[in-house]
Amino acid sequence: MSVKPKEYKEGSFLEVFRYKDLLVQLVKRDIKLKYRRSFLGYVWSILNPLLIMIIMAIVFSFLFKREITLFPIYLLAGRSMFEFINTAVTKSLSAITDNASLLKKTYVSKFMFPLAKITSSMVDFVFSMGALVVVMIVFSVAEGRVLFSLQNLGIIIVVTEAYIFALGLGFLMAQLHVFFRDIRYIYNAVSTMVLYCSAIFYDVGMFFEKAKDQVAAGSAPLALYLANFIEYLNPFYIYIKQFRYFIWTPGLETIPQWAVVTPVDFLLGFGYAILMFVIGVFFFRRAQNKFILYI
Amino acid sequence: MENIKNENAPEYIVDVDNVTVRFNKANQKVDNLKEYFVRLIRRQLMFQEFIALKDVNLKIKKGEAWAIIGTNGSGKSTLLKVISRILKPYKGKVTVNGSIASLIELGAGIDPRLTARENIYLNGCILGYTKQYIDERFDAIVEFSELEDFLDSPVQNFSSGMKSRLGFSVATMVEPDVLIVDEVLSVGDVLFRKKCMNRMNEMLSRGTTLLFVSHNMATVKSMCDKAIWLNKGEVVMSGDMEEVCNEYTATIEAKKAKEKEEKLKKEKALDMQAKALKSKRAKK
Repeated sequence: MSVKPKEYKEGSFLEVFRYKDLLVQLVKRDIKLKYRRSFLGYVWSILNPLLIMIIMAIVFSFLFKREITLFPIYLLAGRSMFEFINTAVTKSLSAITDNASLLKKTYVSKFMFPLAKITSSMVDFVFSMGALVVVMIVFSVAEGRVLFSLQNLGIIIVVTEAYIFALGLGFLMAQLHVFFRDIRYIYNAVSTMVLYCSAIFYDVGMFFEKAKDQVAAGSAPLALYLANFIEYLNPFYIYIKQFRYFIWTPGLETIPQWAVVTPVDFLLGFGYAILMFVIGVFFFRRAQNKFILYI
Repeated sequence: MENIKNENAPEYIVDVDNVTVRFNKANQKVDNLKEYFVRLIRRQLMFQEFIALKDVNLKIKKGEAWAIIGTNGSGKSTLLKVISRILKPYKGKVTVNGSIASLIELGAGIDPRLTARENIYLNGCILGYTKQYIDERFDAIVEFSELEDFLDSPVQNFSSGMKSRLGFSVATMVEPDVLIVDEVLSVGDVLFRKKCMNRMNEMLSRGTTLLFVSHNMATVKSMCDKAIWLNKGEVVMSGDMEEVCNEYTATIEAKKAKEKEEKLKKEKALDMQAKALKSKRAKK
């Protein structure tokens, strides 16, 4: 029997396949530690997004004149997707620095640590979808019709896209964090900015209407530029839009134009994911030999 | 793994070829963007070179037992780190033809929040073994570590001796081609230390190559047959253990004697001064 099934080039990303059992162990550890000793355990991870959703739903339904049908589902779907990528990246920021003592003592593929953090965030995300199920059941009862459909299964595609994207961004941030510890604060600021640009508690349709008014008034359609910016240049929104398309739109009687997902959206989604992944792996690989001098 | 020997088997199992390791010992570590830009503008981003190893050559044949000796800061640990792939050399090349188990610090990958059972799997996987492989050896590991009764309690409740027992058992669960040991055996009780020694000797008798760092000359002499002596990152001498050790001990003793002499001289000078002062006071 061989201990090392196959030799991969040292330092290459493919080396993670040699350590696939380690990935399982690391993810198991994160999950176990998260749910083991808290009294409410799993209930907490559903309760937390639910409570935030309720607060946001109340606040924003007073704030905006426009009404989004099934707003709580819309809100929760968007927020969970955003939170998934955001937590994955935040956790992988310190993935290398937290394991400093280990990396100083043994050789392990360094990709493993951000990879494990992002994977356990994905598992958490899947767990927390229990909250969505609860809300959808509540609204199915309230509306008197079933809001679930086979189309819901499409989220597998979106989660895959978002996972690859998060990996790329996570690798990039993890290696930067080794050299610049204050990158965390910059990331936090940027991610808050992205949060507001991701149409989580409003909808992009608002901008299209505003643009019509602007054109009618004879001024430049600035709102349209903003909408296009969100739609095409913000990968977070691209994944949120697709996620809603599989969770929220199947329950609608009339689907608004801005919520319809076209093949272009999938192309963009996978495009951004793969691009980010390549960038992340490239920089991580290049920097990894210097980690030991900074941790 | 077992039949690693084929027709074109490499001559050396560990080949350290002209290795230089360089560090930056700038007085202040720049580890944040703010500091980086401030220094960039002030042109204070210095690189203070520190050569931890300089043109080190070490060629080890299969089955040999090597000791690495030298005073503190001579580069022993750096050499071990280069061999176990933790550090990349700045110049030169390190080739290892086989698997390495390094006992540089026991329990480096032990998570105190997990139980002993979970830690065995986690640690084994960190060392690069598959789950199936650990499954097969699980009972042997537990038996060797003598932790049968504590398997399902979190490691944070363990004593340091128990922790190192766990670490040692996992690290030596496999027969590596090269075993690297860095003064880890100073922990645990006498019985377990003896057990570890026996385990290492057992491995040696089965053809494992050993790399050993210790300040204890008696242990070195009992375990090794070759030695390399490092001083300030350079190889002073390498070869037969007996010769190198004798030379090393002689030098150390000579140095100590010299230091003692200097100390005595200084003491004498101070005494003289005191006497002179005393006589001055008496005159007054």
